[in-house]
Amino acid sequence: MAEIYDAVIIGGGHNGLTCAAYLARAGRKVLVLERRHILGGAAVSEQIYPGFTYTVCSYVVSLLRPEIIRDLELPRHGLQILPLDSSFVPMENGDHLALWSDPATTRAELQRHSKRDADAYPEFNQMMYKMGFAVKPILGMVPPNPLSPGVDDVRRLVELGRHAKGLDARTFQQLTKLMTMSATDFLDEWFECDVLKALTAINGIIGTMLGPRSPGTAYVMLHHFMGELDGAFTVWGFQKGGTGAVSNAIAGAARQHGAVLRCNAPVAQVIVRNGQAVGVALESGEEIHARTVVSGLDPRQTFLKLLDSRQLPSEFETAINNFKYRGSSGKVNLALDGLPTFPSMPDRALLQGMIEICPSVDFVERAYDDAKYGEFSRRPFLDVLIPSTIDPTLAPPGKHVMSIFVQYAPYKLNGGWNAKQRDAFGDAVVNTLEEFAPGIKKLILHRQVLSPWDLEQDFGLAEGNIFHGELTLDQIFFLRPTAGWAKFRTPIRNYYQCGSGTHPGGGITGGPGRLAAMEILRSGK
Amino acid sequence: MPRPTPFYSRTAALCESHSWQEWSGFLSANMYELHHLREYYAIRTAAALIDISPLYKYLVHGPDALKLLNRVMTRDIARCAVGQVLYTPWCDERGSIIDDGTVTQLAPGRYRVTAADPSLRWFQDNATGLQVQVEDISDSLAALALQGPLAGEILQQLAGPAIAQLKYFRHAAAVIAGMKVSVTRTGYTGDLGYELWADPADAERLWDALMAAGQPRLLRAAGQLALDMVRIEAGLLLVAVDFISSKKTVFDVQKSTPYELGLGWTVMLDKGNFVGRAALAAERERGAAWATVGLDVQWESLEQIYKRYGMPIHLPETAWSNAVPVFSDDIQIGRATSGTWSPLLKKYVVLARIQPQYAKPGTRVSMEATVEAQRHMTEARVTALPFYNPPHKRA
Repeated sequence: MAEIYDAVIIGGGHNGLTCAAYLARAGRKVLVLERRHILGGAAVSEQIYPGFTYTVCSYVVSLLRPEIIRDLELPRHGLQILPLDSSFVPMENGDHLALWSDPATTRAELQRHSKRDADAYPEFNQMMYKMGFAVKPILGMVPPNPLSPGVDDVRRLVELGRHAKGLDARTFQQLTKLMTMSATDFLDEWFECDVLKALTAINGIIGTMLGPRSPGTAYVMLHHFMGELDGAFTVWGFQKGGTGAVSNAIAGAARQHGAVLRCNAPVAQVIVRNGQAVGVALESGEEIHARTVVSGLDPRQTFLKLLDSRQLPSEFETAINNFKYRGSSGKVNLALDGLPTFPSMPDRALLQGMIEICPSVDFVERAYDDAKYGEFSRRPFLDVLIPSTIDPTLAPPGKHVMSIFVQYAPYKLNGGWNAKQRDAFGDAVVNTLEEFAPGIKKLILHRQVLSPWDLEQDFGLAEGNIFHGELTLDQIFFLRPTAGWAKFRTPIRNYYQCGSGTHPGGGITGGPGRLAAMEILRSGK
Repeated sequence: MPRPTPFYSRTAALCESHSWQEWSGFLSANMYELHHLREYYAIRTAAALIDISPLYKYLVHGPDALKLLNRVMTRDIARCAVGQVLYTPWCDERGSIIDDGTVTQLAPGRYRVTAADPSLRWFQDNATGLQVQVEDISDSLAALALQGPLAGEILQQLAGPAIAQLKYFRHAAAVIAGMKVSVTRTGYTGDLGYELWADPADAERLWDALMAAGQPRLLRAAGQLALDMVRIEAGLLLVAVDFISSKKTVFDVQKSTPYELGLGWTVMLDKGNFVGRAALAAERERGAAWATVGLDVQWESLEQIYKRYGMPIHLPETAWSNAVPVFSDDIQIGRATSGTWSPLLKKYVVLARIQPQYAKPGTRVSMEATVEAQRHMTEARVTALPFYNPPHKRA
């Protein structure tokens, strides 16, 4: 008889690997099945062009849970996060905004733009830090179900209530505002300098089909501030070798604890008998049996592709159908013959930090306008990083790689995505960049363009959403992916979910993988 | 007023922070940028250039050079072949450590010794009756440490593969951009690294050549703050911080021995007589009073302390070097002498000297931690040193 695994995990993305590592660490016999030839899901590094390593999809790390770094001893397995300590925004009038990790330098720069904002900026950061601290316990918690609470739910709700009670009135008020307002409205209360607002507001739109003036974006902004919280862990950083090296570190930990990781093993279906998952069938026809099946894929694939829909309660199926993805972003990776020149850049050291093409709130909102009506932005917002300026191993000496996160590129493009549209989208990105860095086109040795459609095809992200579903208020915490099923369980017994479509959501957090493993272990599986 | 080193024109131009400290009478940069973290990461993930000219350097030569060195040093210098480097401490007659450094046999009977403190008189006094010369060549040698995983690639470009492939603790004469440079595969970072010893007249040109070749590999100058963090990760002790030279202590309680400092492997009792041998032999017989270990401060435990104040953990961004007590079940068992948050290892790592019965790796101890000016105890685990020991260090 074929061997039976304690757990088979579908998808070798960073959450699937995290879940596998935790289960294996607890002594379970674990198998991870990855469709592609390489582990990591959307956290992969690949040499698409010889000699140049692209961090293909995800590109920065900040939210990776510190308890995971500790529990899995990830630094021993290669986790090395290099700090990114500046942000640079070239403006349309030839001026710029540059924020540094050094507060005094940042203050001097802000004073050039607005003396008021120079005062407000540290206070704003302090307030966001405090807000993050207020909601932080939620990130490491299995969401309680307030709709039909069980004993554990009541305990967790009480815990949450106690925590909320500890917050002072002003914090609570700010928190309410963050939960409901648009990023721009919220920032209007703090700043007068438009470009500073634009730079701060982009944290609120990344990965969502919303503009900086859409309500709800203030919360997403807070989500991106959470990484600041863990004292010494802190700051946005770049993993040496690209985010694929984060996946490899987690995979290393999983292997060390005895998990088996298989690539080129696409799963066709979860085998269900008597309402209970008993294994998976691969596309090759091979069947693998397991006491528990865990899906690291997004809710659409987890429930609608891998299961026969008749196996799901109809209300649940409707809820999963209504879960919003609305991919809104694309990715462009460039191999460059040398470093680009931004005429508005006062110090070349800024090339080692984030470069943000968001010269004004209007610029970003207009980029959203295009997307609202089914077009990709003619002049998109770009989140640019030249990782080879901080990790020289990514490109041959003197050459560089550039990672460009692009918004907006709607999944539902008028006329649909095809090779021609993808090229036109790539051109819009490069042309926008050329406006601020003249001559960059001549440096391009190779270009990889990923539309939301490509992200779905190549990486299995439904509608190309980088977070496995939007991180809006109606889709987080006990509502992720849907009410009653936020505790990593599913209506099918022994079938669990551990992807970013579950709490605490997207980004390289490892949170869903870890919490899912803990729920599985808690249920004695 | 501290003096400039031979590299000062270059280091000063880079030193945006204007933050300097005095090191053996010289100006030494604490950090070049306003924050030292990029310099730290340069050492660990790319390459860094560190001005180590303030080290004391001695040339020991003459027919009895080996005899003198073997009389003074605890290691067997007879085992130091031409082209080899040995790390060794030296002690007083009572076995208390005076200093440590490296001995390089440059040519038959010709040795270069480095030291943290002035040692000319000590070496000369011990040479009575020997045919040997000890010269202080500190001012006639500029010194640079080229450290980090990409240091070899940079050196290969400048000095050729033979130099870059130099083995761990070996020496070779190299030519870099037309200048004669003595290269040792040594360092104080616990990483792949080299130390370059050159004529001070060539110092600026050497610096420029290294920086130009290193630029595509992100070589950057690193200062003392970054160096202090990496040497703790590497489990390397710092004189005047983790121990005090017996020459500078007035009272016995302040002295320490190689055995107490985890340097027992450097004491060659059977090589013949040397200064401190009798005392060290007796100490080995009865066992050392202290053991030097690493402590891995437990994050969860520290987090609980901060939580009482409604705060997240906040650690200093630089290494600390003020001794704090270490306990086991409320009984003090020793002291932590320096510590740092390791951004690379994501651990709070500490060097400590504790009673030997607690030195087994994995032993739970507690260390004093001050939060909001109140004293607490945080849990720590005893760890073998070094904390960080990458394969490329010796490869």
